[in-house]
Amino acid sequence: MSPQQKLTSFYTIVRKDVVRIFRIWPQTFLPSIITSVLYFLVFGKVLGGRIGEIGGHPYITFVVPGLVMLAVVTNSFSNVATTFFQAKFFARNIDEILVSPTPPWVIISGYVAGGMVRGITIGLLVIIVAAFFSPLPLTHPFIVLLFLILSSLIFSLAGLVNGIYAKSFDGITIVPTFVLTPLVYLGGVFYSAQALPPLWQKFTFADPIFYLVDGFRAGFMGFSDISLGVSLSVLGLLTAILIALNWYLIRTGLGLRQ
Amino acid sequence: MSESALSIKNLKKTYASGTEALRGVSLEIPAGDFFALLGPNGAGKTTIIGVVTGLVNKTAGSVEVFGHDIEREAETARTYIGVVPQEINFNPFEKCIDVVVNQGGYYGIPRSVAIPYAEQLLKDLGIADKRNQTGWSLSGGMKRRLLIARALIHKPRFLILDEPTAGVDVELRREMWTYLKTLTSKGVTILLTTHYLEEAEQLCKHVAIIHKGAIVASGTMQDILALHDEDTAQKRGYRGGKLEEVFLQLTSEK
Ligand SMILES: Nc1ncnc2c1ncn2[C@@H]1O[C@H](COP(=O)(O)OP(=O)(O)OP(=O)(O)O)[C@@H](O)[C@H]1O
Ligand SMILES: [Mg+2]
Repeated sequence: MSPQQKLTSFYTIVRKDVVRIFRIWPQTFLPSIITSVLYFLVFGKVLGGRIGEIGGHPYITFVVPGLVMLAVVTNSFSNVATTFFQAKFFARNIDEILVSPTPPWVIISGYVAGGMVRGITIGLLVIIVAAFFSPLPLTHPFIVLLFLILSSLIFSLAGLVNGIYAKSFDGITIVPTFVLTPLVYLGGVFYSAQALPPLWQKFTFADPIFYLVDGFRAGFMGFSDISLGVSLSVLGLLTAILIALNWYLIRTGLGLRQ
Repeated sequence: MSESALSIKNLKKTYASGTEALRGVSLEIPAGDFFALLGPNGAGKTTIIGVVTGLVNKTAGSVEVFGHDIEREAETARTYIGVVPQEINFNPFEKCIDVVVNQGGYYGIPRSVAIPYAEQLLKDLGIADKRNQTGWSLSGGMKRRLLIARALIHKPRFLILDEPTAGVDVELRREMWTYLKTLTSKGVTILLTTHYLEEAEQLCKHVAIIHKGAIVASGTMQDILALHDEDTAQKRGYRGGKLEEVFLQLTSEK
């Protein structure tokens, strides 16, 4: 295949997914927006006043970046895990791509890009909704954008690993429930890691979502628990590992080829 | 020496479950051939096709498509092949036209080129009026025809059909065979599996009969028909076409 043809194949995979995502928006975009609004009401109007300020900002301003990340991470992950799993398990239409000359890395990129479109769109939507509930200083817009892209990239890749490994429908619901949700809640969405006892802090540092939330929040509020250089290194390394893992899985056909 | 569309040497496949599906299969299909791969249920036909199209990892042996190794030169080998699978495997919620056009996309054909050709294929296969319906809403025979349209979108030189006429009514089956003949007359090489032996007898140039993962006979249709043994047929009480009787002679357990 020429580079031009590879691009066409990539575009085909992404287009198909994006058309689907936007067509069924009540299932893809609406749920996260509703949950976010509920969180904003609870933390902004009900609890926020009692918790007080963090770093000179009202509590809700501190929480918003975390909630945006929550939406981005879960949507990117489940989008890729679900579409890929369905394609290989229900109609087996993944074979349409597997018999074609499309190389493994283009398949990976296509599915991941679909998840990123969903994750980034939902992230922007939640930011817009949040602006109605909370003051949102956009201190470093470039950093906000960078972490939005990174978070959707990492969790789309992770969702793909899950989709490839899953052997049954349970396989793609277990991971979000028992792995993703705890990671999100322990990742400093609702509190600053500095407020934790030292032992729990150690756990937090092992949680990739912590680095995403921390860096993303820095983009808005201008301060972070750890340096951006450290966050970006950790996340860069994680991205590389996930890409390598996916490439290996699709290339060897694990779970796809008999 | 004439060019080979497919060259399989000593192909073996043992599934993870331990099933030995192929026990050293060798096949040669000349370019331009109309080739029938026949065999009872579970003989290994779909497994061979799976290996050739890259859906099944082989255990041993080598496979070349127009001289290109299916592993070392996978991209090139795959551009030559169009495949109609035994099981329906399009996304049932997609519109027929999208099933075909997207398949073109995976071969690098842009939509502007794929759409008119896909429409032509749907028309040729008699399902143009189903263009905007989902695959879900088609009848069984129409689904098969959609699979054929999908397999042809990138104008493959080598078309592989795994039981394309299963569940298709008599008239349509005839139309389908005629359509396949026009394709071979345009230079497309065809490999198909079928359980309709009379049709294979009339249409195919070469045949291979596979039984329990091994080729038990192969050659031109005449070669195979020459294996016919009147005594055995009489003794076992076969009553069918000649090819059918040879087939039973070679594969029947009774
Ligand atoms: N995915 C699989 N895992 C394990 N065993 C398999 C798998 N697919 C096929 N087999 C086994 O391999 C053997 C050959 O199967 P195959 O599907 O190639 O037969 P076939 O000739 O296409 O039969 P049919 O005419 O029924 O379609 C059978 O014993 C089958 O049970
Ligand atoms: Mg079969």
